[in-house]
Amino acid sequence: MKRRNFLQATGLTGLFILFRAEALAAPQVVPNRPPGYPMDFNAYLRIDPDGRVACMVGKVEMGQGNMTSLAMLAAEELDVPLERVEMLMGDTDLCPWDGGTGGSLSIWQFGPVLSAAAAEARAALLQMAGEHLQVPADRLEVKAGVVSVKGDPARQVTYGQLVQGRRIERHLAGVKPKPVSAYTVVGSSAPRKDALEKVDGSARFSADQKLPGTLHACIVRPPAHGTTLKSVDTSAAERVPGVRVLRDGNLVAVLHEAPDQARKALDLVKANFDGTPRALDDRTIYRHLADLAGTAKVGVQEGDLKAAESRAVTLVEADYLNAYVAHGAIEPHSAVAQWKDGRMTVWAGVQAPFRVKAQVAEALGLPAAKVRIITPQIGGAFGGKAMGPHAVEAARLALKAGAPVQVVWNRREEFFLDTFRPAAVVKIRSGLDQAGRIAFWDCRVSGTSDREADIGYEFPAKRFSSTGDTGDIGTSGAGGLHPLPTGAWRAPGANTNVFARESHIDTLAAKAKVDPLAFRLSHLTDPRVIRVLKAAAERFGWVAGVAPSGRGVGVACGSWRGTIDAAMAEVAVDRGTGQVKVKRVVLAQDMGLVINPDGARQQMEGGIIMGLGYALSEGLRFKEGRVLDENFDTYRIPRFSWVPAIETVLVQNPGLQAQGGGEPPIVCLGAVLANAIHDAVGARVLELPMTPERVLEAIKQA
Amino acid sequence: MAQTTSFTLNGKRVRVATDPGRMLVWVLRHDLGLTGTKVGCEATLCGACTVLVDGEPTFSCSTPLADVAGKSVLTIEGLAKDGKLHPVQRAFQEHSAFQCGYCTPGMVLRAYALLKKNPRATRAEIIEELEGNLCRCGAHVRILAAVEAAGREMGGVL
Repeated sequence: MKRRNFLQATGLTGLFILFRAEALAAPQVVPNRPPGYPMDFNAYLRIDPDGRVACMVGKVEMGQGNMTSLAMLAAEELDVPLERVEMLMGDTDLCPWDGGTGGSLSIWQFGPVLSAAAAEARAALLQMAGEHLQVPADRLEVKAGVVSVKGDPARQVTYGQLVQGRRIERHLAGVKPKPVSAYTVVGSSAPRKDALEKVDGSARFSADQKLPGTLHACIVRPPAHGTTLKSVDTSAAERVPGVRVLRDGNLVAVLHEAPDQARKALDLVKANFDGTPRALDDRTIYRHLADLAGTAKVGVQEGDLKAAESRAVTLVEADYLNAYVAHGAIEPHSAVAQWKDGRMTVWAGVQAPFRVKAQVAEALGLPAAKVRIITPQIGGAFGGKAMGPHAVEAARLALKAGAPVQVVWNRREEFFLDTFRPAAVVKIRSGLDQAGRIAFWDCRVSGTSDREADIGYEFPAKRFSSTGDTGDIGTSGAGGLHPLPTGAWRAPGANTNVFARESHIDTLAAKAKVDPLAFRLSHLTDPRVIRVLKAAAERFGWVAGVAPSGRGVGVACGSWRGTIDAAMAEVAVDRGTGQVKVKRVVLAQDMGLVINPDGARQQMEGGIIMGLGYALSEGLRFKEGRVLDENFDTYRIPRFSWVPAIETVLVQNPGLQAQGGGEPPIVCLGAVLANAIHDAVGARVLELPMTPERVLEAIKQA
Repeated sequence: MAQTTSFTLNGKRVRVATDPGRMLVWVLRHDLGLTGTKVGCEATLCGACTVLVDGEPTFSCSTPLADVAGKSVLTIEGLAKDGKLHPVQRAFQEHSAFQCGYCTPGMVLRAYALLKKNPRATRAEIIEELEGNLCRCGAHVRILAAVEAAGREMGGVL
């Protein structure tokens, strides 16, 4: 659709001029410098004699591309070519402390720390060069790591010559990083630094470590959550040549130098468990959670809810449900531990090596200084490797074994020991006033937090309450609110709450007989959200219409970590089978300054595709503590044939510091597809995933 | 019980003395030290373990060693020649057709096998061929683009 048509369709003009002024006026979302990051820039950067820059960070690469974008920040501030920056990530001996990789924090929170370190290092290098060349620093310029005298380029010295591989023993206070306008590396797409090793098979993941004499451990697991080991008979396994059995409290493992032989021997172990699993399953869980709604705490309350409700002429109330969802990284949890010279070294796929270091030290009763965590490549995590139970298991066994021990979970263990995205019930009561505007909004979240439940729609009165932070950011065991372990899952809380809110907004728009985009825009004041919605509409070619229009188009907007997303989708629904075919998704995103545009788009494409899963097919089946999905045959994750035409739009907002990039693109998917399905067939699906059965059922009810 | 199995691995003859009933992936990774082949589901459900046996994509997690006796096995380590990436690998690199990279060896090998037979494979044929190889990060769009680009290049040389 041409812009002119779009403007006609939405009935709005003059927007494109307004955007810029509004963006400049928008409040900056800037995180505080989190405590714990070292102030000394030498902790992050080392310049080798040949001019290569080693950049040490406690963040880890798990596919999201921060190896490249962090290197870009360092290259930018130091004025060295990107290919000369080598990233050393997630090694607790060699890298500065970090709180963990997750929450889309690598750039948003840690980026400014690294930029400041590199800027200070550059200023120190310039000062050293000035002394070396005997000119004032302000007469010097830097190109590709070579410092020369302005107008006299023959007088030059390289970073490598200045530093000679040593620490830079000088510090300068108050050095400011470059202004965005001076950027030459940041803001232009860069190829991924991890490409070669990933296409030629040489990339090392945790299970690929080759320490001589390594024993592979397979661990005796309970059949159900809520049960514990009562007795175990390992005699048959112990008779297998080459097999060792180790026991450390409740941890019982069968070890063999070959992984498959260890697994085979584990089958010979007879174990008895006792305990009473909770009598809940994937159907009764919602009643269980809803019953807890009374314990919800009010987070936000504004306006007089009662008075506002009395002005409502149309009331809409609905419960939105979403299932437990697995992380499903293709790389299982893997760790190799080696006890040597009084120190424990663990190679492990973990998102937070420093947190896991503390976790391992505590489990072994060692001082933290005696533990080193090394994070090789990670084959996907999405929050599922936030903690290091596998690292702890390997370390406990290595301590006893007198040999390196490798622990690699199999797929069944993955589906049992995962920290699932919590199931949740979101109850929203709302209504329209006489003018067809939203009169009030009362949202109660049970099972997860109310994070991102509000994106700033204008509600005369509103209340948001939730049963709290029930492990959707940290991790929780199976004994609390949830009968299964829960934890962070790509944009914790947001997928649940955006699905509920944006579905409900659409229902209200339909009741008001207003186009769902226009209805949203008329209730929004945040210029960033408005701008992103309009950018999505322009690319999509949104034509105004009241849902259900039969076209199968939907819209939703959401936010996470300071980033704003708006999605539009087109679906086809088979009324006979309930099967949903997603034909097209447009995703527009304002993430502030974009460090690596192509990297950002990779995350947007990945978020859309991963989002198809929680929206349409992924819901963990369980019964009385047993997880019934044990592999990818019954737990269906997105495949090539599901992939729609995808278009991504990066809404330029370089005046705003870089915000989150890894998680935000996934938050709209449940809602945008629910809304598109409703638009197609006039049926509202209130439960994720929207399986063919549920779509059929909704069509029947409609 | 242990017995010697001979096959060709990445162009070289190898002899392995082990139980021929063991699955190929463990022999490749553990006994022969080729860790480019990955383990994801151990049940032919994810494709991370894909290798080529006499040119055919094969789930090495569920293929007993005995099945490859006398045959030719190609793993990701054998695809580049003389330090030069194969066009399929280069296309994956140039399109950033991966994120975490764990499923990549299996994707590359299956795509290579398809294009070797049919460098003009249509997008629908590529999708059908890759359907059983899972990628959780969502690199699908780029993988398809990379395979198409590699096909154009391979079609040109054939």
